[in-house]
Amino acid sequence: MNTNRLIGVGAFLIAVFVIVPLLIATSGRWDFYYTLTSVALLAIASAGVWLTFYIGRINIGQGAYALAGGYVSAILVTKAGFNFWVTLPLAGLFCAGLAVLIGLPILRLRGVYFAMVTLVLTEVGRLSALALPVTNGAKGITSIPLPGELSIFGLTLIPDFATLQNPKLAFYLAAVFLMVACYAALYRIVNSRLGHLCRSLQQNEELSASIGVNTAYLRVLTYSISSFFGGIAGAMFVAISQSIYPSSFQVADSVNFMLNCFLGGLGYVFGPMLGTLMLYFGWDLLFTTGRYQLLIYSSLLIILMLVLPNGVLSLFERKGGRK
Amino acid sequence: MEQIIANGLYLGAQYALIALGLTLIFSLMNVLNFAHGQMYVLGGFVTYTVVSQFGLPFIVGLLASAAILAAVGAAIEKFLFAPVIKKSKREESTMLLAAGIAFFLDAVILLVFGEKQRGVPKILNGVLNWDFRIIMPYDRILIGVLAIAMIAGFILFMQYTKAGRAMRALAQDRMAAELMGVDVKRYSMIGFALGAMLAGLVGGLLVTITGINLGMGGPTSIKAFMMIMIGGAGVISGAIAGGFILGMMESIGLTLLAAYGDITYLVIFASLMIFLAIRPQGLMGKPWG
Repeated sequence: MNTNRLIGVGAFLIAVFVIVPLLIATSGRWDFYYTLTSVALLAIASAGVWLTFYIGRINIGQGAYALAGGYVSAILVTKAGFNFWVTLPLAGLFCAGLAVLIGLPILRLRGVYFAMVTLVLTEVGRLSALALPVTNGAKGITSIPLPGELSIFGLTLIPDFATLQNPKLAFYLAAVFLMVACYAALYRIVNSRLGHLCRSLQQNEELSASIGVNTAYLRVLTYSISSFFGGIAGAMFVAISQSIYPSSFQVADSVNFMLNCFLGGLGYVFGPMLGTLMLYFGWDLLFTTGRYQLLIYSSLLIILMLVLPNGVLSLFERKGGRK
Repeated sequence: MEQIIANGLYLGAQYALIALGLTLIFSLMNVLNFAHGQMYVLGGFVTYTVVSQFGLPFIVGLLASAAILAAVGAAIEKFLFAPVIKKSKREESTMLLAAGIAFFLDAVILLVFGEKQRGVPKILNGVLNWDFRIIMPYDRILIGVLAIAMIAGFILFMQYTKAGRAMRALAQDRMAAELMGVDVKRYSMIGFALGAMLAGLVGGLLVTITGINLGMGGPTSIKAFMMIMIGGAGVISGAIAGGFILGMMESIGLTLLAAYGDITYLVIFASLMIFLAIRPQGLMGKPWG
C-alpha cells in the first residue's frame, strides 16, 4: 500500500464519517441519511455479487440471500428475543451455510446457465418466504424493535437505538461502518492468495484445476462469502425498515445488484460501491421527472453501456493503467 | 386426467414459442435476452391497439405485432448489441445492456399504452365439451393450434431455407460460418429480429385469452429462462421440449397441489434445481468444455 492510496482511503473515511453528517446537519436534509444508508447496504450486497463475478460467475441470486438474512434476523429478534447485533453475524453465517448447500450443485454450472439458475433462486426465495409457516406469509413480519444495546462486561459498545435522539444518524454510521469493513475484507481477499486463485478460475477453470487448484472448494468458498455479505446487508436493512415482506427483495433487486457491479466496473474492487451510488442516486434524482423517470433512467443505462462497456472506473484505466 | 393433458398441451405450445425466440437469440449471439418478456408484452399491446382501437380483424393485429417486433428486434441488434459486443471486454456486459433494454421497453410500454390490463374480444365463441372429460373453449383450441403451427413453420424455416441454414451454421460455430462466407452481421440481425418476432406473436396470440398488462414482462422472462434451462440453452428441440414440459408441470401442479396452497412454482423450481444438479446442460444442451 503506497502513500497515495493511504491518503485516498483516509479521505474517503473522513468524507463518509465526518463531512457527510456535517453537510446534512447544516443543510437540514435529514432524508439523505436514509438514502445514503440504503446505498451503503446495497453496496455490501453488490460487493458479494462482485465477488462471484470474480470467479467468473454471473450472480443474479443475491436477493434470495438478502431476503434469507433479513428473515433470520427478524425471526430471531421477534420470536427468540435475541439482540439484533447478535443476529447480524448469525444471519450472515446462515446465508453462508445455505450458500454451501445450494452452491455445491449449482456452482457446477457456468455462464448463462449459472446466471439463469440464480435468477430462479431469487424467485424461489420469494416463494419460500410466502409458503413457509415461520415467515408469516404475505403479511410479513412487522414492528420489529430497533436494535438494542450491545455491551461487553458492562462496557457499552453500541447504545440502544430506541433511546437515541437521532436513530437515522446511528443507522447511517452503522451501515457505513459495515460497508467499510466489508470492502476492506473484499480488498484483502482480492489481494491475497485466495484472490489470485479466484482470478485463475475466472480465466480458465480447467487449466487451473489441472495445475492442482481445488476449484470446487474455491467456488463454494467464494460463493458463501458472497452470500454472507448478502445476508448481513439484508439483516441490517430489516433493522432499519423494522419490517420484512416476501417482496422486500425480489428479482428486480437481484438484477440491480448485478447492474451495480457492471456499472462500476468488474475489474475494480470499489466498482460496485460507485455503481450502487450512481444507480441509486440517479434513480432518486430522476424522481422529479415523474412519469418519464424510468424512460430517462433506462436510456442513460443503455447510453452508458454503449460508451463505457467496461464500467465507469475504466475511464481511469487509460491514464494510470493499474488496477 | 384428459383435462390436465389438454391444458398442459395448450400452455406448452405457447411456452415453447416464447422459449424458441429466446433460445434462437442466445444461440446466435450468446446473449441472454432479459427483455424477452417485455417484447412479448409489447406484441400483446400492438395486437390490442390494432384490434380494439382501430377495429381491424385479429389476423391484421397479429401480423402487425410480428412486423413491429421484428423491426424493434432488428434495430436493437444493429444499434445496441452489435456495438457493445464489439467493444466490451467481457461477454457478460451484454447482460447489463439487455437489462437496460428491458427497463426501457417497460418505460415505453407504460408511456404509450398505460398500466391498465387490456384484452381484445373473444375471436371465437363456444366451448368444446367432450363428455365432461375435456372442457375447453374453442378460442383456446384455436390459439393452441396456431401456436403449434407456428412452431412447425419455424422448424421448417430453420431446416429448409437459406437464412435458416445460415443461422444454424452461425449457432454451431461463428468463426467457421464467417469463413464459409456467411454474412454474420446480417444473419445476426435477422436472427434477433426473428426471435423478437416470435415473442411478439405469442403476445398477440395470448392477448385474446389472458389479456395483457405491463407487469407480465418479468415473470414471462423468468418462465422462458426456466424452459431453456430444462431443455438446454441454444438448442431448438430443447426449447420446444422445455416449453411443453413446463406447461405440463404447471397444469399438473395446479390441479394436484391446489390443496396445499400456491406452491406449484416452488415445487417446479425445487425440482429444476435438483435436475440441474444432475444434468447441468439440460435435456438436449451441449455439455460444457
